Amino acid sequence: MAAIWAIGEIADGQPTKLTLELATLARTLAANSGGEARTVLVGAGASAAGPAAAAYGPDVLAVEVDGGLGDRPAAAVIAPRVAELVAQRKPDFLLIGASNDGKDVCGLLLGLTDLPLLANGSGVAWGDGAPRVEMSTFGGKLVTHSTFAGTRGMVIVRPASVSAEAASAPGVVETVEVSVGAELPAVKVTGSVEESGAAAPIEEARIIVGAGRGIGSPDGLKVIEDLAAALGGAVGATRAVVDSGWVPYGQQIGQTGKIVKPSLYVACGISGAIQHKVGVQTAGTIVAINRDPDAPIAEFAELFVVGDLFEIVPRLTAALRARKSGSA
Amino acid sequence: MNIVVLLKAVPVVGTERLDSGLLTDRSVQLEANGNDEYLLEKALKLTETHGGETIILTVGPAGSTEPIRKALAMGAARAVHVADDAIRGSDMRATLEVLAAALRKMQPWDLVFAGADTSDGQGGVLGAALAVRLRLPYLSYASEIEPTDAGVRIHRINLTGYDILEAPTPAVVMGTQLLGAPRYPSLRGIMQARSKPVEAWSLADLDLAPAAVGGGAATTKTLDSAKPPERAGATFVREAPDEAVAKVLEFLAGRRLI
Repeated sequence: MAAIWAIGEIADGQPTKLTLELATLARTLAANSGGEARTVLVGAGASAAGPAAAAYGPDVLAVEVDGGLGDRPAAAVIAPRVAELVAQRKPDFLLIGASNDGKDVCGLLLGLTDLPLLANGSGVAWGDGAPRVEMSTFGGKLVTHSTFAGTRGMVIVRPASVSAEAASAPGVVETVEVSVGAELPAVKVTGSVEESGAAAPIEEARIIVGAGRGIGSPDGLKVIEDLAAALGGAVGATRAVVDSGWVPYGQQIGQTGKIVKPSLYVACGISGAIQHKVGVQTAGTIVAINRDPDAPIAEFAELFVVGDLFEIVPRLTAALRARKSGSA
Repeated sequence: MNIVVLLKAVPVVGTERLDSGLLTDRSVQLEANGNDEYLLEKALKLTETHGGETIILTVGPAGSTEPIRKALAMGAARAVHVADDAIRGSDMRATLEVLAAALRKMQPWDLVFAGADTSDGQGGVLGAALAVRLRLPYLSYASEIEPTDAGVRIHRINLTGYDILEAPTPAVVMGTQLLGAPRYPSLRGIMQARSKPVEAWSLADLDLAPAAVGGGAATTKTLDSAKPPERAGATFVREAPDEAVAKVLEFLAGRRLI
């Protein structure tokens, strides 16, 4: 009979995709435990964003925040309010997304609430009185399962661990007032800078085309971008390519970048070092294009095209375009 | 400006394994966690430019000595190494208490630097939790860190660029790889590191009870561990480009990916 809460995030007035995944997961876990689920949204516009989240099943607790906190980072506003709600209503388990803001919220909650924490969940099932959390450990060398010793806790859940599925019966949105005893020590957002080249979050892409050192130069990136566009996917990159300044850090895949789980990953000019492998190895299908058939990526790619990416990739792009216009 | 860098000694990436109790086996060779070294580099640059010391704080087993010495060789002034057999198997909460107690004992300092996450834990939450415990401002995902008159300013990366965040010091800053690649220790640095102080603290030095930390107090537990299903190994396509492309299309269409 566990009460399970999904702690959501709002972006551009809507719950994020990860929030909808967490709501779906909370609904499933609550059903399997015979308990109840809630989705918590905190921030300006929480009530307005509520129905879009409630469509995924759990009732939404929408906490509006007064405008005076607008210059604080989102996590610093969300965490103390969730902590207060947790103290009042005593849910058993919290699901929090592994986004930058989500991890900050979770860290602040760890300090505020003392709830036990399992980080880095790649799957969550209902176990013996508590969530059973699957983790991809040591960059995917092992799959482990962990749980809580007691009956309360927080789980950080990676994007794409479950697919968001709307519920047959949507939840209701309850707008709740939460007063926080003390705000966290002040951090001010004093400005915001847009940078060119920023792209859609690669964690949410169904198809990713990865660029490795083999692209040779910033010009080489063009053929990768063209292929990604033809496939309707996003561009990812290895650390070497990001360090060279050719691709923004937000698109880096691997140990010090993002961990992604697309249906298709096309690795172009990527040798497949362990640090990169850990970021993509749970992809559905991996296709490698590389001149060196002995590159380590052969160990985890399914299809390995041995050849010069500058000969293969543009042809592949052209064929995909022809295919598309032919079927249109 | 004095900066404490949290440096975790992790198993060399690629060699990690669990011991019979399903804990990370830290008797293997340890290295500095990759993400922590970016923060160390930034701390060294800041203290070289603005004065003050970079101080290493490591909680970990005896094998942490080597990564600590490397950090000193890179330019850190001194280190604190918290080691106690009772810490083994600590969960996130116990680790938080040990770090918080050590940081309190190390005061005064101006900034604490934490890496974005660790290769053997991938939490990325302890910096935030420490800031709450120490009642200090928390600034995260920094791609740039610079001092201001009374505090610190960072660039916090987001999906479209970055936000500029400011807070008074002391403060806790979590940073990313964008802070810049770590330097290699120089021969002179390696020589100097030998005489730099490394303070060894036990739980008793931190007034923490052994029963409050370690495996016995853990609120989370690992149930089982298995190797992920092996990928079958690659099918190679060695044809000339046009034929190769046709094969790729056929493969993708067969998987309904296009």
